[in-house]
Amino acid sequence: MGRYVARRLLQMIPVFIGTTLIIFLMVHVLPGDPIRAMWGDKAADPAQVASLRHEFGLDQPLWKQYIDYMVDLFKGDFGKTFGGRPVSEEMGMAFPVTLRLAAVALTIEIIVGIGLGAWAGLKAGRAVDTGVLIFTLIVISMPVFVLGYLARFIFADELGWLPPNVQDSMDLQQLLLPGFVLAMLSMAYVARLTRTTFAENLRADYMRTALAKGLPRRRIVGVHLLRNSLIPVVTFLGTDVGALVGGAVVTEGIFNVQGVGNLLFKALGQREGSTIVGVVTIFVLVILVINLLVDLLYAVLDPRIRYA
Amino acid sequence: MRGAKSAKWVALAAVVALAATACGGNDSDSGSNDMNKGTADPNGILTAQLSEPQNPLQPANAKESQGSRVLRTIFSGLVDYEPGTGKLVYVNAESVTPNKDSSVWTVKLKPGWKFHNGETVTAKSYVDSWNWSANVTNNQTNSSWFQDIKGYSDVHPDKGKPKSDKMSGLKVVNDNEFKIELNSSVSYFAYKLGYDVWAPLPTGFFKDPKAFGEKPVGNGPYKFVSWDHKKMIKVRKFDGYKGPNKAKNGGIDFKNYTTADAAYSDLRSNNLDWIEQVPTTALTNYKSDLGKRAIDEEYSAVQSIVPAFYTKQFKDIDPKVIQGLSMAIDRDTITKTVLHGSRTPADSYVARGVLGYKAGALKEQVTYDPAKAKALIKEGGGVPGNKISIQYNADQDHKPWVDAVCNSIRKATGVDCVGDSKPDFQADLNARDKHQVKSMYRGGWVLDYPVNSNFMRDLYGSKAAGNTSGYANKEFDELANKADKAATLDETVKLYQQAEQVLAKDMPAIPLWFYKVNSGQSNKVLGKIPYGQDGDPIFTDVQVKKK
Amino acid sequence: MPDMTKSQSGGTAVDTAADAGPLQAAADAVLAPGDVSQGKPRSLWGDAWYELRHRPLFWVSAVLLVLLLAIAAFPGLFTGANPRDGDLTNHFLTKPELTHFFRADWFGYDGQGRSIYARVIYGTRASIMVGVGVTAVVTLVGGLLGMVAGYFGGWIDSIISRIVDIFFGLPFLLGSMVVLNAFTERKVYVVIAALAFLGWTTIARVMRSSVITAKQADYVTAARALGAGTGRILFRHVLPNALAPTIVVATIALGAYISAEATLSFLGLGLADPTISWGIDISDAKDAIRDNPHVMLFPAGMLSLTVFAFITLGDAVRDALDPKLR
Repeated sequence: MGRYVARRLLQMIPVFIGTTLIIFLMVHVLPGDPIRAMWGDKAADPAQVASLRHEFGLDQPLWKQYIDYMVDLFKGDFGKTFGGRPVSEEMGMAFPVTLRLAAVALTIEIIVGIGLGAWAGLKAGRAVDTGVLIFTLIVISMPVFVLGYLARFIFADELGWLPPNVQDSMDLQQLLLPGFVLAMLSMAYVARLTRTTFAENLRADYMRTALAKGLPRRRIVGVHLLRNSLIPVVTFLGTDVGALVGGAVVTEGIFNVQGVGNLLFKALGQREGSTIVGVVTIFVLVILVINLLVDLLYAVLDPRIRYA
Repeated sequence: MRGAKSAKWVALAAVVALAATACGGNDSDSGSNDMNKGTADPNGILTAQLSEPQNPLQPANAKESQGSRVLRTIFSGLVDYEPGTGKLVYVNAESVTPNKDSSVWTVKLKPGWKFHNGETVTAKSYVDSWNWSANVTNNQTNSSWFQDIKGYSDVHPDKGKPKSDKMSGLKVVNDNEFKIELNSSVSYFAYKLGYDVWAPLPTGFFKDPKAFGEKPVGNGPYKFVSWDHKKMIKVRKFDGYKGPNKAKNGGIDFKNYTTADAAYSDLRSNNLDWIEQVPTTALTNYKSDLGKRAIDEEYSAVQSIVPAFYTKQFKDIDPKVIQGLSMAIDRDTITKTVLHGSRTPADSYVARGVLGYKAGALKEQVTYDPAKAKALIKEGGGVPGNKISIQYNADQDHKPWVDAVCNSIRKATGVDCVGDSKPDFQADLNARDKHQVKSMYRGGWVLDYPVNSNFMRDLYGSKAAGNTSGYANKEFDELANKADKAATLDETVKLYQQAEQVLAKDMPAIPLWFYKVNSGQSNKVLGKIPYGQDGDPIFTDVQVKKK
Repeated sequence: MPDMTKSQSGGTAVDTAADAGPLQAAADAVLAPGDVSQGKPRSLWGDAWYELRHRPLFWVSAVLLVLLLAIAAFPGLFTGANPRDGDLTNHFLTKPELTHFFRADWFGYDGQGRSIYARVIYGTRASIMVGVGVTAVVTLVGGLLGMVAGYFGGWIDSIISRIVDIFFGLPFLLGSMVVLNAFTERKVYVVIAALAFLGWTTIARVMRSSVITAKQADYVTAARALGAGTGRILFRHVLPNALAPTIVVATIALGAYISAEATLSFLGLGLADPTISWGIDISDAKDAIRDNPHVMLFPAGMLSLTVFAFITLGDAVRDALDPKLR
């Protein structure tokens, strides 16, 4: 186990360096001069542009910019925005918002997704099962921006049940609508995964044993079936957390959520390399760590898997 | 376009005053309107929409509208403009007088003005501020505003380190008087002095300009209180203010919004007193949503499409072809439908409300006439390739009108037209700067100062930095030069009007429409919110109702 | 069990179905509960077809797909109206006439006065082409790399796997913007390139896992013992047995790529005029949603229907291929 973890951690190093380097190069390849663009439609003064480029280190060769950035990064310095504010401060404001939204989405995924899946699984082959199947297919078929605008139009504009925009991310009610939209796709997958494993495990030997022992149905379903069926669901949810933490550009954009997705989108528009690389760095780290945790969790939950 | 808004003029054009039934706060035609009922609370706090300023709040560092909206409440400059007439009024200056050929200007200050920290505003506060802001090493985005001043190239050389930290053209005479010597005569120099960059700075600024930018101390009608990043900027009435534009309210809370939708819903529920612009989704309804609270005013900005004259297509084009394309655009219908009345058709290269704007400077060139358009294009030898494209950026709201303009041109003339969308503004700008535009591109201009030269020389002069289309016309250049050297402002303006007729023949761009503010105010505001020429409210004149 | 990188989910920052997350879930559903390839190869496909014929959802999606393909191939047969030319004076945002079947005003007119029905019909081609194109490229490139990694293992596997990991960290927007800017035209092939650039990793992973399972099978060992060459083993023995999961994931992914194209176009990054795309139309319609929801409803409905058809097909095929799910 220890050796396995060590190997995985070592493997993260080239991935981490590779990702940041590629992002760095990509931002550089994009057309547009962030400094020049400060002047907008008006003419820019070349001498001032040159001086500002120097201040932000953009006049250095690219490899040096990258190395400087990485060295600073290891010192915990994410650089500064073109407005002169530390990137860490910007991220410090955006990540908690995205985390709150992710928590709302994840809760919906777990409750609705597992609930629907278990219901369908217990009634496998019957009308309920088909109903849930078709419902999940429809949800999966709707692109998130369609879903987002539709949900906002119906629940906020027409019915007025929920606020259409997130002005204060501490207000749970405001996060419900975007959280719901963000959760939908994964919720459908959780439902289907749960349904499949439920239906499968219903026929497993241990179920027959439990039934033969005369255990009450509530206990069989609640303890034996649920625990054994949730292993793949838990691992899926684990990886989904990784994706949710990365923020969601479309959903955050539609509902005015000031999270990581929005931050990244704006930074891209401004070619603000420091912010883009900073966000992606954190995101890559989160994904790598979560993946490791999920794989370890898998081994803990399923005794058949052993890591050497 | 909105992001590039930079000017500060608080002149209310006569046109705007006419269009807006009333201004200031004495609405006469609707006595029963409860907007005008109640008494003003001199200490009432206004909440206004803002998004996070991009730079620290330093006077010469606000290239975008958000930072400059806050700055202009905190600082007062030498001059301002009289609402309605556009005439110069003195604010902190007692007088600004040119010598005979307008190359040396003498500024006298009103004595006894104080910064918010109690420091006296002197001639030195201005001279030091300008010297610092013009200095290339201080990285102020608006530093080139000082280029008319003698010695600018010493502090702001094209390359290398500055030779000096002072411009030789600035001379302090005494505490309340200084002289500005220019490189050459500029008859309308005083008009430029109304912009944010010319503000004075207290001595504390120079110790730590960056920290100052987070907590600015000015000499304006409001004093800065706090800046909670991405949430709120607070300014409060400065009781010691001596200028003519004293605040009629107790202060402003600039609340941060990132989408127009969010701001709009807060305005409707009266949680916000003023919004920048109604979201596109609500443009058709906002007048019925808001009733009398709706604001619909023009401001001095023009949108156009510009042929890239460096392309094969337009290199040796007959101006008739461009004129034909212009006449193929149904401006009336497009502004009414696709743009929901948020623009008005342009009839000039110069936006309305600017000194020297002449109604109908362009007549048939901007009148929709499909038959004549077709004939003109044919006469001029047709569009090479029989296909044009209009470059725009997809991250702002340009697609609807580009599609409509293309559709109109296609239908009227049979010339194929497609929108050439760039993913974002940076990519769009980059293609323009590097002369990579394939055919035509969208152009926009918001006034810097309300003189017609700003809409012409800075865009179509063959050497102008703002001329990105490669357009060059000797006749125009000569007229513009002559106009700049003219002895009086009146003469300058007239010569530029002549120059505009040169452009009308040559069509360096196809003007489409003038911008409008479509906005609204809450029911806590007493009377209509008065607007300046740049599309921003005159906050000092806004009154808040007593509860 | 091999190194369990399979659970790694990706997709940064754009919450679209193009994310590998859901695809990975589909792949997991195929792979995790006992691998498909353990069944008898011959009867697997026969069984599958038998199974498919008895599933109503398969027929629903099949009929839908045939119809969509016909529309994509011959849009002119379905409408006489011109999708590009609008008439602002007469048709600006006109409401639908739901009884005027197949006429220009059936679905009403959009903000440019264009027939929504005509645009919905003509938009089909771009979507289908992107979906099929990306799937083809991704299956070839990803499949090949996955196969090589899975079969040879060792350092080759390490390198390919790490590259796959790196691509998972790339934000969807940034990646597509870079590709888009590499081309000056905004045509279908550019969008295919952008999506394939970011999307190949999913198939590579699925292929790698199933090749690893397949190569350990007894008949492969037997073939090797008989002296068969690498190429022969790979293409005659391993590939046919590892293909099923890839096909399933690719079919489902096809729907997801169509959805991703729409998302890109919606964000202003994908297709552009004069190509007609549902994503562009939905994006155009968002400003009119308050008073004229019909402008968004029809392209959005058509888009969802198309994605539905492909995903349902993939779903049915997967169920048919996996005996455990019956």
